[in-house]
Amino acid sequence: MIAITTDPIDVASALKLLQADEAGAIDLFLGVVRDKTQERSVDHLEYEAYDRMAISEMRKIVDEANRRWKLLRCVVIHRKGTLRIGEIAVLIGVATPHRADAFDATRYVIDTIKQTVPIWKKEIFSDGEVWVNATP
Amino acid sequence: MNASISVLLFGITRDITGQSAVSVPLSDGNRVGDLLQRLQQQYPRLSDIRSLLVAVNGEYADSDTVINSKDEVALIPPVSGG
Repeated sequence: MIAITTDPIDVASALKLLQADEAGAIDLFLGVVRDKTQERSVDHLEYEAYDRMAISEMRKIVDEANRRWKLLRCVVIHRKGTLRIGEIAVLIGVATPHRADAFDATRYVIDTIKQTVPIWKKEIFSDGEVWVNATP
Repeated sequence: MNASISVLLFGITRDITGQSAVSVPLSDGNRVGDLLQRLQQQYPRLSDIRSLLVAVNGEYADSDTVINSKDEVALIPPVSGG
């Protein structure tokens, strides 16, 4: 399953989608909003997405992961809208027969999402705001 | 034939222009590179962005991709998901 949502990400429901009889390993990666970027205190983040393209780019990433590792199940959920410290921004879940493939595939999916998927976050501080990565 | 195309804007490009889409005049045979140049003339602060890509119909496009008036075109500033 691949989705973009404004609702809080439900980890238990995602885990249910990952369960398979042949799965010996299920990896879950959660990207979480943290306080303090370069010593500035973050109030909250605003995420936005070019939904149509973000979904199709995530689909490409999952397809490539499937080619490389033979995944039994894969779930990718990215949240958008306003997120506060501690909230889950992205969930990657992978089920494979053995753990090495689950670790490798999960890392590949999150690393590639950060490079190619059209989703943007703005950090809002008490004294200003900045689009992450946008300017040198 | 002259027409114009609506360009979708996200993230910092939306903040710079103050709009979620801008209309850009388009001539036959115009390419992605021409569009970027025109937008940067119109909104000089777009040149401050680390890198600026263009998507045509939901796919990353090269600067020599020809744009047609029915295409869905979007500016893609550096992504920062995750």
